[in-house]
Amino acid sequence: MSALTLTLAAVGLVALGGALALALHRAPRLGTAIAVGASVLGGALGSVASMRVLRDGGVDVLAVSGRTLGGGVVVGVDPLSAFFLLPLFSLGALCAVYGHGYLGARAAPAGGLSLLLAAMALVLLARHALLFLVAWEAMTLLAYLLVTLDHGDGEVRRAGWGYLLASRVAVTALVALFLVLGSRAGGALDFASLALAWRGPGPSGGTALALALLGFGVKAGVVGLHPWLPEAHAAAPSHVSALLSGVLITSGIYGLLRTALWVSPGPWFGVLLMALGVAGALLGIALALSQRDLKRVLAYSSVENVGVLLLALGLGFWARSRGDSPLAAMAFAGGLLHLWNHAVMKTLLFLGVGSVARGAGTRDLERLGGLLRRMPWTGAAVLVGAVALSALPPLNGFVGEWVLYCALAQVGRHGAAKPAVAAAAGAAALALVGGLAALCFVRLVGVALLGSPRSAGAGSAREAPAAMAAPTALLAALCVLGAAGAPALLSAEASVILQLGGSTEEVSSVIQQTTPLVWANVVLLVAGLLAVSLLGWCARGAREDETWGCGYAAPTARMQYTASSFAGLAAALVLPRWARSGPPSEPADPLARALYRPLLIAWEARSARLRFLQQGNVHVYILYVFAAAVGALTWAAVRDGAAP
Amino acid sequence: MTVRAAHVLVHLVFVLAMPPLLVGVIARTKALLAGRRGPPLLQPYHDLAKLLRKGMVRSRTTTWVFVAGPAVGLVTTLLAALLVPLGGHRAPISFEGDFVLFAYALGLGRFFTIAAALDTGSAFEGMGAAREATFSALAEPSLFFGLLVLGRASGSASLSGMLGPAVGAAWGTAGAALASVVVSWFVVLLAENSRIPFDDPATHLELTMIHEVLVLDHSGPLLGLVHYGAAMKLFVFGALVLAVAAPLGGLDPWLAWALFAAASLGLAAAVGVVEGVMARLRLPKVPSLLVAACVLAAFGPLFLVR
Repeated sequence: MSALTLTLAAVGLVALGGALALALHRAPRLGTAIAVGASVLGGALGSVASMRVLRDGGVDVLAVSGRTLGGGVVVGVDPLSAFFLLPLFSLGALCAVYGHGYLGARAAPAGGLSLLLAAMALVLLARHALLFLVAWEAMTLLAYLLVTLDHGDGEVRRAGWGYLLASRVAVTALVALFLVLGSRAGGALDFASLALAWRGPGPSGGTALALALLGFGVKAGVVGLHPWLPEAHAAAPSHVSALLSGVLITSGIYGLLRTALWVSPGPWFGVLLMALGVAGALLGIALALSQRDLKRVLAYSSVENVGVLLLALGLGFWARSRGDSPLAAMAFAGGLLHLWNHAVMKTLLFLGVGSVARGAGTRDLERLGGLLRRMPWTGAAVLVGAVALSALPPLNGFVGEWVLYCALAQVGRHGAAKPAVAAAAGAAALALVGGLAALCFVRLVGVALLGSPRSAGAGSAREAPAAMAAPTALLAALCVLGAAGAPALLSAEASVILQLGGSTEEVSSVIQQTTPLVWANVVLLVAGLLAVSLLGWCARGAREDETWGCGYAAPTARMQYTASSFAGLAAALVLPRWARSGPPSEPADPLARALYRPLLIAWEARSARLRFLQQGNVHVYILYVFAAAVGALTWAAVRDGAAP
Repeated sequence: MTVRAAHVLVHLVFVLAMPPLLVGVIARTKALLAGRRGPPLLQPYHDLAKLLRKGMVRSRTTTWVFVAGPAVGLVTTLLAALLVPLGGHRAPISFEGDFVLFAYALGLGRFFTIAAALDTGSAFEGMGAAREATFSALAEPSLFFGLLVLGRASGSASLSGMLGPAVGAAWGTAGAALASVVVSWFVVLLAENSRIPFDDPATHLELTMIHEVLVLDHSGPLLGLVHYGAAMKLFVFGALVLAVAAPLGGLDPWLAWALFAAASLGLAAAVGVVEGVMARLRLPKVPSLLVAACVLAAFGPLFLVR
């Protein structure tokens, strides 16, 4: 069976499970079981198929029929799609299992999650603009429904509204993007024609790339377009947040890469991506480290990591446009590796933090504490994820950034004057981001998991049920394996790097370069574990007493250092005054507060005159649709008549 | 092969045995400048031996993370010490891109030291942890600017190449860049090792400490390991600064070891002099000094490419 058939079968299975669950909402136990079972089975099947595509390379396209949906039902799979499908299927299955433990037997969200997985897979499989946009919309709307699952909460509704608004802007840009792309292909919108039309010489694709950056950038949480992201990712149920932050934002990166495969970008595009990347990484981590809400910390860290990703991909595009293929291969390898690693780490932390918040009854850092004692497995998994997300060795988050550092250092060594200085600055910025990320995540671990509980809820927390703890522990193990198996991951990505620009020899030289690092990581891991166990064994008989408090005899949990004070010193240094927290009535994100809110208020005032269009009457809306259709047909007829 | 093995052995002996001596030299220099006789040079060894023999008390709130702090701190510093070349010899572990592992391994040690401090639930230790995390994050860019400068000057991507024989030649062609790196890294050394003017290791007021307050609740052998790890970190950063300031590559290998030992002691004395003649900075001034060091380091690449 071909890999495409297998992938389509997996998508069909997952979608069928989701639809059945929705149909069986009167039998929630059965419905949920079907949806979760379908996600797991389909996820396994799809993962195997994706791995096959990555291993064999090659392109597989299937057009279902000529005229359905304007000839738009064309699907296909190539290494680039498979690269994004693999985390989608595997992490999606884990999230579905976790969701069963988290929400219990509720058929609607379980079915919705399966349908979301299917829609996301269809986005990656679509080979025609129409199908792509339909799948994109389905993905966006299903995600919206899942984000606003707790719509009784006003904050959740607001977050959902912001998400919907941002995704309208994004999809408008995407429609424009495909019109621009299609204009050079004589109006054809299937991906094969687009690729062919843009291959030859012609006007540069500046407009297309700018539109792609806008449309896909919103979804990916590129800095400046990100304010919706922390709100939505914090509001959703934890396993949905995990899927959004770990997997869904990568569909934006997929779109950017796909567009860049058609429109060969000039050096300016790479430079722009790198600038956006550094800015996003710095702003993202600066905002992450001062959040009180556990999930907002993680959501802003996604903005940071997308920044790191853009820095790597931008460097790759820049190098490719200048014909420096070895450097491009290295930068792409680092970026893609980081993308996979980030998907695992972020899913792990959202699931772990979801269990913590469920156990303690709050997501507020200032009310947590002492949870490693009460939730030893989940706590240890969160600790692993925190070390990994701080990009510290010996875990997987370090390896991707290490490859990126090596690529930057290569520019610094051999590049011309200006690129070399820029690379040094980039490496220094990345180092600052790394230091701040360590601060951010040691704060999360130290305040939430260590010390003594700051509220009664945190004091009475219990370990999460197996359905929640098992996926979390599995992901923590993946963080360790991802570091030790980095060469294997890189060789799995090789076919994607070949597609983006780079040769087999260049990829294998990157892999060779990684091997000593992997050994050093393994040695560090083993030595660290040995040292901790040995010292723990030595310290087993230690006398226990109160924490030193300068002789104060009655310490309470409230005397502990707070999360806000811990971050205060750093936040005051790295965030300008206007970007620090504002009044509670205003949006928490500084960009939303300073830019988007005034803009939207002004827009609302201007557009009040158009309010008469909104009649609230279905007949009138049908009339609008009819009028628009007649107008479009008339225009088409006039145009054809003018140019026979 | 046997010569290489001998050099690796000497490297290990230096890494394991020398660090407490540096602490002793600093204390002695400081005392001499203050007109006192000061403790014997070998006092830190006696202190370590005493601490390792003692029993320990641990806080009731703590978990395994409390023990992991000193353990991981020591292991990561040891790894960093095996990556950094001493006296112009190739380091025992050396590969392309090892400089990133060097910086990030130290970061891992810091992560667990801070986590161990927060594990006690003490306000003092939390305060020290926040300062340590913030200041070390600010020191990070200077380190990487310097590393990239050395990478370009030497054409190498590993610490042993960057800090090897190529440095001596680079002083002729890129003296200004290397000088800015030396000054900037010396400031980083003082900050990362919590020396005056960033922190006063001899202070006795919890509110004003940084590194000492992090380990208030560690006692006995755990405290001994913390002190040993801190001394080793000082040694490692000292070796880093010395490799640029006093390149020994290309000399007779055994002479280079002797000169390296002398240079290390000299650097410790220099740190002692700084401690003797300066007061510690007010806390709000600390970031300014770190940013200044970073700006200075940022001039490195500019001097280099011109």
